[in-house]
Amino acid sequence: MTKEKRKRLIYSLVTYLLVIAAFIFLQSMIANKTISRSLKGQLVPICCWIVMAVSLNLVVGISGELSLGHAGFMSVGAYTGAVVSGWLLNGFDVQDTTLRLVLAIVAGGLFSGIVGALIGIPVLRLRGDYLAIVTLAFGEIIRSLVNVFYVGTADGKLHFSFLQKNMPDAVTMLVDGAKGAVKVKPISTFTAGFILVLITLVVVLNLINSRAGRAIKACRDNRIAAESMGVNVTKYKMMAFVTAAVLAGMAGALYGLNSSTVVPSQFTFNQSINVLVFVVLGGLGNVLGSIISAAFLTILPEMLRAFADYRMLVYAVVLILVMIFTNNPTIRSWVNRLTAPLRKKEKTGGDAQ
Amino acid sequence: MTQQKHRSSTKMVPMPTYSIVPERDVNEIPVLETRHLGIEFGGLKAVEDFNLTIGKTEIAGLIGPNGAGKTTVFNLITKVYEPTTGAALINGRDLHGMSITQASKLGIARTFQNIRLFDKMTVEENVRIGLHNRIKYDMVSGILRLPRYWSQEKRQHEKALELLHIFDMEKLADEEAGSLPYGAQRRLEIVRALATDPKLLLLDEPAAGMNPHETEELMENIAKIRDQFQIAILLIEHDMNLVMGVCEGICVLNFGRVIAKGTADEIQANPVVIEAYLGKKKEG
Repeated sequence: MTKEKRKRLIYSLVTYLLVIAAFIFLQSMIANKTISRSLKGQLVPICCWIVMAVSLNLVVGISGELSLGHAGFMSVGAYTGAVVSGWLLNGFDVQDTTLRLVLAIVAGGLFSGIVGALIGIPVLRLRGDYLAIVTLAFGEIIRSLVNVFYVGTADGKLHFSFLQKNMPDAVTMLVDGAKGAVKVKPISTFTAGFILVLITLVVVLNLINSRAGRAIKACRDNRIAAESMGVNVTKYKMMAFVTAAVLAGMAGALYGLNSSTVVPSQFTFNQSINVLVFVVLGGLGNVLGSIISAAFLTILPEMLRAFADYRMLVYAVVLILVMIFTNNPTIRSWVNRLTAPLRKKEKTGGDAQ
Repeated sequence: MTQQKHRSSTKMVPMPTYSIVPERDVNEIPVLETRHLGIEFGGLKAVEDFNLTIGKTEIAGLIGPNGAGKTTVFNLITKVYEPTTGAALINGRDLHGMSITQASKLGIARTFQNIRLFDKMTVEENVRIGLHNRIKYDMVSGILRLPRYWSQEKRQHEKALELLHIFDMEKLADEEAGSLPYGAQRRLEIVRALATDPKLLLLDEPAAGMNPHETEELMENIAKIRDQFQIAILLIEHDMNLVMGVCEGICVLNFGRVIAKGTADEIQANPVVIEAYLGKKKEG
């Protein structure tokens, strides 16, 4: 095995082990009832934001396209999940929550992927700033559309409309315009979130280290050179974009089914930027970094409750400090020096094998 | 040795389109044929009426003063630009309306004047991108790590090392491409281009920034590559030792027009070429 391959294998293993260890640790805390209530409530959202961050990293870090509409895909997933779950319950009387959750997540991912493909076709022809602005616009369009969207179920059939008066009388409303998805039965579990995070990791890490992933990175590093080597740039940009949309949709479904309502205002431009902050803070292209920063920044506002009104101010300051610290060359070389003996040991250990 | 054999048995013979190719390639379809190829940028004729035929295993040179339009010719052949007039044919197939990717699949590979490597990827990964359309597996096999992933990855790895061996670069396989010294980057670009299994290899100033020793080595390698892969090579170069030493046919471009075509000896003796490079002798 080459040095580079070993390095990547270790990176992947560390990522998986860290996630699994965190899950086991948190599960034991839940079992011992030593977990705080606020943290327990945050567990599913943390999983969702991790999936969002890792999937956005695929677009921004690996594919090198700035997308500002990632929350849009999450909302597509959340609504689809809520509708599918409600439809299965009301229309087919499916009481098994696990089955409903799985089907809702799959549907959320599928539908979000379709929307991602439709958006990707025009958007990925653009480059740089233009692409960023158009994805922002699409995120807002999605939000505005679901704001006036009505879905109801009657006799096992789904009814869609943009006008409330088109809905039949004896209908159970699933999505009620600006009120959002109503009467959602919260069925998301931490275990489901953990499995979704694992699936995301397998998809993204394996994709990065494969032929398709290399092509995606090549398009990022030098578009003309990639084209000259016979790499279909649009195809691979699309692959990254749609994969990210599918994962975001799945995260959205999980997120939506974690509370009793889903409203459009949960998925504003601000949320897209939040996810982008996770990605940038964790490091572009760094999956493990995205996981840690997503988890940390989701818990942080809760931990800062003591600061009351100044909470968001402190949040911003912490964010700035962390950014400065992780990007300061002096601090970096200092950390490198500290960890040098560790890395040396690892190297010789590996060579001995 | 084979290189010597080629040289001695090669006689340049005229083709119907008033281009010349080596005698051994006469009965083969020419790898590249351009007919009245030209491009205008807002009224400025960057390249005009460019006719060139390259035989199946010919090493040809494209020279000319700075700004003569040499790289533009490369960009026309590789479809970075769509020509405004004329046509380019690869193995008899018209490139009209094709994308860069499609042209590459027909068998054109190139290197760039200002090196365009995938800087943040390793040397081996750069070569693997060249192998992209040769050793394939789909995205799903990649994500699920199906048996096809393992077997094709192994093939890619072996092929990449085999190609890197041309320039004895196997040891650098795990280095980041952007961190290589300049000369090695240029060599890596050639390896990456060869990985696409081209019929025609376009080299844009391959010796730029190399020292005389490296240039000498490169010259031998260019001939070696032609003999080993049986491909045609068209190169742009300012280093006249390299051009005169390795190119069988040479085409001289000035202000977007071909001013001379011929063998090294003919070009060196051509007064029009000398004038283009050194200027006109004062009258009287």
